[in-house]
Amino acid sequence: MTEISVIAALDDPVRFRLYDYVCRQDHEVGRDEAAASVGIQRGTAASHLDKLAAAGLLNVTFRRPAGRSGPGAGRPAKLYCRSDAEHQVSVPPRDYRAAAEILAEVAEVTGAEPAVQRVARRRGSQIGRAARAANPAAGAADLVAACLAAQGYQPCVDGPVIRLRNCPFHVLADQHPPLICGMNLALVQGLLEAAAASGLAARLDPQPGDCCVVVERSKDVRA
Amino acid sequence: MTGWQLAQLNVGVLQAPLDSPQLEDFIANLEQVNAIADGSPGFVWRLRDAGGNNATGLRPRGPDLLVNMSVWETLESLRAFVYRTGPHLDMLRRRREFFRPLDDAHQVLWWIPRGHIPDLDEALSRLDLLRRDGPGPAAFTFREPYPPPVMTPAAGTAREL
Repeated sequence: MTEISVIAALDDPVRFRLYDYVCRQDHEVGRDEAAASVGIQRGTAASHLDKLAAAGLLNVTFRRPAGRSGPGAGRPAKLYCRSDAEHQVSVPPRDYRAAAEILAEVAEVTGAEPAVQRVARRRGSQIGRAARAANPAAGAADLVAACLAAQGYQPCVDGPVIRLRNCPFHVLADQHPPLICGMNLALVQGLLEAAAASGLAARLDPQPGDCCVVVERSKDVRA
Repeated sequence: MTGWQLAQLNVGVLQAPLDSPQLEDFIANLEQVNAIADGSPGFVWRLRDAGGNNATGLRPRGPDLLVNMSVWETLESLRAFVYRTGPHLDMLRRRREFFRPLDDAHQVLWWIPRGHIPDLDEALSRLDLLRRDGPGPAAFTFREPYPPPVMTPAAGTAREL
């Protein structure tokens, strides 16, 4: 399957919403749950999910529900989760990743990490200010979640914390974790400040598959 | 379980003396980060100086150069500790407050026969090898790792390059 046909598999509004829902969950998603999330029939959801799996956008596992095993437990359920594979199409051809890799290495070799963090914080702050100006009445947590979603972090509210299910700079973060995770943290901190989200704080808390930054409610917010 | 374990050496040139205010947070976090390492899956051993619970007293290449060295079961176990535990990643994020940038490699990884404990001479010669030849099976990095040798380690091969 070519990169273009993989991307084309998302060119259906309902299928895209299913994909987006599965990606934002912290667990594998069954057909019933996925169908309910979008408000469609189970069979329709199953067909879309399987097309997404065939395109390599979702991974499939089979598992029996918790607490059921042995004979009579029924067939294992088909569960879906986000695939780690990355797909990129650029027309005309562009290769920002190669440029970013070179610049990241330069930043490390020259010790420019503090400057990277300052610039990232400024950028986060611009994003937060723009969002605040567009939505003066929005609650801080909602505004922050919307900004993070727009930046590609796939925020997922998990009790008192907002987990970021996706690292928008994954390949780069994998190659240069201290630099890129530090950049992510500074960006999110700048965003929180500018959105006047004074009850929220960001810190590094790496979890498998997630962005290393987590946002949590805090009484003691450090600048 | 293979006949090989992973050794790691890290060096850092201090921005300021260890007892200066600039290094205060580094020192304050060292014990916690070391404790996390000690309790991490795959941790085997880490270098300690004669006096303490860490290696900050060892300065094999001059007073400004700190070293730390450890042995792990696998590359993945070391990577999980280094990059996937919050307190350690946070120290790495802040490393410019504590350590000067190096134009050369500051970390080297290499495979050792299970049970072997490397010394600083061995470790520093691996770092020199990495700096001279770039990553290879005898001295490599996280960004360009090499798998453990296929053969079973023979006695007395530990120091061969």
